[in-house]
Amino acid sequence: MEDRKLIVSPSPHILSKHSTTRNIMLMVVIALLPTLAAAAIIFGWEVLLLTGVTVAACVGFETLYCVIMKKKVPVGDFSAVVTGLILAFNLPPSFPLWMAVIGAFVAIVIVKQLFGGIGFNFANPALVGRIVLQLSFTGRMITYIYPQSWSGVDALATATPMYALHNGPLPLMDLLLGTHAGVLGETCALTLIIGGAFLIATKVISPVIPLTYVGGVFAFKFLLGLAGGAAASASALSALSSILAGGLLLGAFFMATDYTTSPYTRSGKFVYGLLLAIVTTAIREWAGMVEGVSYALLLCNLLVPYINELSRQRPMGVGRGKRKGAA
Amino acid sequence: MEKKQSLGRVFTAGFLRENPVLRLVLGTCPTLAVTTAVFNGLGMGIAATFVLICSNMVISALRKVIPSSVRLPCFIVVIASFVTLVHMLIRAYVPALNAALGVYLPLITVNCIILGRAEMFASKNGVLASALDGLGMGIGFTIVLVLFSGIRELLGAGTLLGFAILPASIAPMSIMILPPGGFFVFGVLMALAIFIETKMGKKPSKDAACGACPSAEMCPAKGVGE
Repeated sequence: MEDRKLIVSPSPHILSKHSTTRNIMLMVVIALLPTLAAAAIIFGWEVLLLTGVTVAACVGFETLYCVIMKKKVPVGDFSAVVTGLILAFNLPPSFPLWMAVIGAFVAIVIVKQLFGGIGFNFANPALVGRIVLQLSFTGRMITYIYPQSWSGVDALATATPMYALHNGPLPLMDLLLGTHAGVLGETCALTLIIGGAFLIATKVISPVIPLTYVGGVFAFKFLLGLAGGAAASASALSALSSILAGGLLLGAFFMATDYTTSPYTRSGKFVYGLLLAIVTTAIREWAGMVEGVSYALLLCNLLVPYINELSRQRPMGVGRGKRKGAA
Repeated sequence: MEKKQSLGRVFTAGFLRENPVLRLVLGTCPTLAVTTAVFNGLGMGIAATFVLICSNMVISALRKVIPSSVRLPCFIVVIASFVTLVHMLIRAYVPALNAALGVYLPLITVNCIILGRAEMFASKNGVLASALDGLGMGIGFTIVLVLFSGIRELLGAGTLLGFAILPASIAPMSIMILPPGGFFVFGVLMALAIFIETKMGKKPSKDAACGACPSAEMCPAKGVGE
């Protein structure tokens, strides 16, 4: 078997000599760095400490689990680093560090390793880590402290744009630069778009999911605005704020595109992106929460096996329905 | 007819090998619902054990009399009588437990563990074996409930049996006493039971592996651990 170089492994699959799991994950780390820098500028250096703790905890738990279970230690593939970074991006600044470590434990041990390690997680590990923290320490998770150093006040606990969005559109420039309250990695839309564009340009992620997801949310919000009787320009403006505010860009570029928890085929990816957009808009508009990206992602992650099954490509000449000739 | 097992084996089956909750996956509804506090878990476990032993013995004694076509209604009548008895006793002597368990106390009547053991064991075996089976299964159920509720109460409320364990500076993880936390603990304990059994050198039964999973067909991890 060895000399035929047939390697059976879970996705992410090896595409060429230069694209191994390690390289792909390094690319993702690079794509996340501008946002981390932006967060450090906006919220202060504590953000770097928090990120360092989640990354170290994720790598540490993965190593510990694999050593205890006598599995090959896969830290070299950087996937735990990516999980740690994305988890930190999902936490508010000045979040207690020990709580962040619990999030890392849930992400790596419960969601990833207990289900079989990389490629077998049923949902995005960082996402479940975030949701567990959100349900466990709700008060702490929605305390957004925003240091408005240039307005004379040391720090200010403010509403996030998602709350403010209900009172009309927001200054787009603030949303783009991220100079507002929120979780670490969601505020600066500009760096998220740069990171996402980098990943698409280097073909690490396919543009189908982010484009259908973000485009879908924009379209639904625009149509809802029109249906509500607003003028076209006002609806377009509020739809634009709704894609720049909140966790949508972070979710669409970095969490929805996780190889293991997104569909394989292009049509499947399209359906997945659209489904995410529908669920996110529905939660944002009609549910008791102001932000719906994380729950939409979790729900759609669980639907991915079914989307894969339904969007499976058929070999030419094999009829619909029966898959007799397959395999 | 299954082949005869030794009485010791019958008694210990419920602890791990055929643990009603973790291996037979019976009685999951009360398990998830009442295990937010150790007191409730323990109370539920003892109440169910009592009913299980009594109903197993009566059903086993009557197994030659009950016509098989109406056996389930007969089992339910026997079980319901004992549940009523327990319910009245608890209401009279431990009203706090009655209030905490609420509707789950009368619902022991339809607990699948009790009906399951009546159908699978008591209706085919003698009175002594059935009593031991009821005791073993009841102890297995109670152990799991106490473990389950211990983990959830400690992490979710920071207390054990109502006594504060975690210092007040550590905020408890409220997800653990919410339904998702229950499912997390359920999954982890189930995996642990299979892990311990595998370590003890016994092969877990096929039903416990991928064969029993409804999503096995499209699961990427199918068959990995086998």
